[in-house]
Amino acid sequence: MKILASQDHQPPAEGDNRAVALANDADALALPLDGVERVDLHFPNFTDGRAFSQAFLLRRRRGYQGDIRATGDVLIDQLVQMQRTGFSSAVLREGVDAADAQRQFDRFPAFYQGDAVNPQPHFVNDKAAV
Amino acid sequence: MYQYTAFDRQFVHQRAAQFRDQLTRWQTGKLSEDDFRPLRLQNGWYVQRYAPMLRVAVPYGEIASRQLRVLAQIAREYDEPEAAVFKTAMEGQGLLGTTFLPKNCAHFTTRTNVQFNWIPLSKSADVMDLLASVDLHGIQTSGNCIRNTTTDALAGVAVDEIVDPRPYAEIIRQWTTLHPEFAFLPRKFKIAISGAQDDRAATGWHDVGLHLLKNEAGEVGFKVFVGGGMGRTPVVGTVIREFLPWMQIMNYIEAIVRVYNEHGRRDNKYKARFKILVKSEGQQYIDDVEEEYRQIVEIDGGPHTVPQAEFDRVAACFVTPQLADMADVAPAALDASLKAQAAEHVGFGRWLQRNVHAHQNAQLRAVTLSFKRPGQSPGDATSEQLIALADLVDKYSAGEARVTHDQNVLLPWVHASRLFALWEEAKALGLASANVQLLTDMIACPGGDFCALANARSLPIAEAITQRYQDLDELDDIGEIDLHISGCINSCGHHHSGHIGILGVDKDGKEWYQVTLGGSDGSDLSGTAVAGKVIGPSFSASEVPDVIEAVLTTYRSLRDSGETFQATVRRTGLDPFKEAAKLARHPAKEALATA
Repeated sequence: MKILASQDHQPPAEGDNRAVALANDADALALPLDGVERVDLHFPNFTDGRAFSQAFLLRRRRGYQGDIRATGDVLIDQLVQMQRTGFSSAVLREGVDAADAQRQFDRFPAFYQGDAVNPQPHFVNDKAAV
Repeated sequence: MYQYTAFDRQFVHQRAAQFRDQLTRWQTGKLSEDDFRPLRLQNGWYVQRYAPMLRVAVPYGEIASRQLRVLAQIAREYDEPEAAVFKTAMEGQGLLGTTFLPKNCAHFTTRTNVQFNWIPLSKSADVMDLLASVDLHGIQTSGNCIRNTTTDALAGVAVDEIVDPRPYAEIIRQWTTLHPEFAFLPRKFKIAISGAQDDRAATGWHDVGLHLLKNEAGEVGFKVFVGGGMGRTPVVGTVIREFLPWMQIMNYIEAIVRVYNEHGRRDNKYKARFKILVKSEGQQYIDDVEEEYRQIVEIDGGPHTVPQAEFDRVAACFVTPQLADMADVAPAALDASLKAQAAEHVGFGRWLQRNVHAHQNAQLRAVTLSFKRPGQSPGDATSEQLIALADLVDKYSAGEARVTHDQNVLLPWVHASRLFALWEEAKALGLASANVQLLTDMIACPGGDFCALANARSLPIAEAITQRYQDLDELDDIGEIDLHISGCINSCGHHHSGHIGILGVDKDGKEWYQVTLGGSDGSDLSGTAVAGKVIGPSFSASEVPDVIEAVLTTYRSLRDSGETFQATVRRTGLDPFKEAAKLARHPAKEALATA
């Protein structure tokens, strides 16, 4: 997952359909994806989890291969969840220290559920008993 | 009970390490208070009126003696406020009349978890490590995520059981644990599951209620209810699926929760609960879930369809334990011997009748140890009591116990020939009150003495009623009844579902209590799940015990032979009770002075 500082992120330019921003209350299943290289999903507050479902539907249900980017109130403690639901890049909230981010990815070697990256749940992958 | 694999165990340890990382960043100022709050909540750490509160998850209520011993250690070593904190609390609550605040103790909750009220946050990471050493944690015991799944305390032993819910509850536990998509829902989300004829899990009052059943072909499935919940808008769940094949349960719940995550309200926290969405959208919500479920199965491939092999692996953990000294005695001989003991010891006879439950295995019984007695709050256990409890669990119940929805502890595997010995030991420990399902076996939240949300205190009300009703003959005469007490409208004490409900309200900065009658949790005793109705303007704290007495006296004068309180209220309506409650009010001056 690509972690960006806020100054390294450019919001989608008007009229350029290669990058689009999808509103929180918009239907991810209805978004036209032809020629779209990047979809920005927004966290108005990090406790607003709608974008997790939008990312999942884009990546898993629709098989979208382009960049799915988290913007807004992005904290390092949500990065692993973002990756698992299909985000491929995230713009950290201003002032958040990226140095603490990497070890969050290394912490859990596996999870119970299947997700957008590893669709199979643990009980299928590893026969769970181990 | 479920046996943790190396994976399960490592997962809990990693979670504890993650929490320590977050705590350290908060302590060093790298994580703000606002950013830390949801993280600590999802590990069970609240900050309450005077001190933090920790809620430890007890998945579907099953707990082992080794886990009880660690809870005892936490109570003894960590549930200890600093002197200044305790002094502030005693002074603050003393102004309201509180003379005692329990510490060094654990509290069993209606959602079968365990809470501690005094552990300093600075020691929280150490406590999480200690919990992890016996597979315990606080994962998703708070926060706007999917909470601990609850079930029937008699799961796997009840004689009216259709399907044992425990393996399904465990599969749900695993699926919900750190689900990446559903950690920041509009509000908290609770699932309860029942597999018996009698619903002892209050499933109608949960966001998702599941009833295990068998269809005509003998196949196992779920009747699925959605949108139940208490709080300021009590709603009983409605059926969304009459029969869902068991292996589809995770796919279907995924659809239910995803539609909620997308469409639940986030603009007003009082309208954010799932029940509001279900109510406002009605059929549209059901259609959306069915369509989402179809796509999960047909397009995503239904990745969480539970394979038979996985079900079998989990179910193999839930078998009747081998009891070392379990004699195979003819059931008739067991009954005769119990009868003789009961004849000789009246107290044992009462306890046998009230606290001992029939079992699928004719050799065994399930026993409720009552944590409802004078001098201690409902559901409280001191560290010493927890150790003694663990000893009883080891000695009489193969090392396994259940935290019950009614805030007691149940031993599921007691041989009938050992009941008398268990009763004698439990009695010596003060855990043998023969009051299960009677008035004093009440549900109560911690209330205003601890909780920052509460409008009024619950515990002094519970204690006053307990003190007044200590005559077992009188309690028996009043018969089976649910008394539920909540300190505020958040309804942790389930007042809505009490045959008698007491709700703390705040008027002009003083504590007042609303009394409701006729509520039901949906059990056979209580009837169809419904919220109780208010019997008049609220009462002062000192009036409440008199009002309860007046209500009960009215019942005793109105009842038909053998009629329960609930049945009488439903037959007569509220008017005679309203009248009696009104007469029990104190003169205005006195009520104000003591309120």
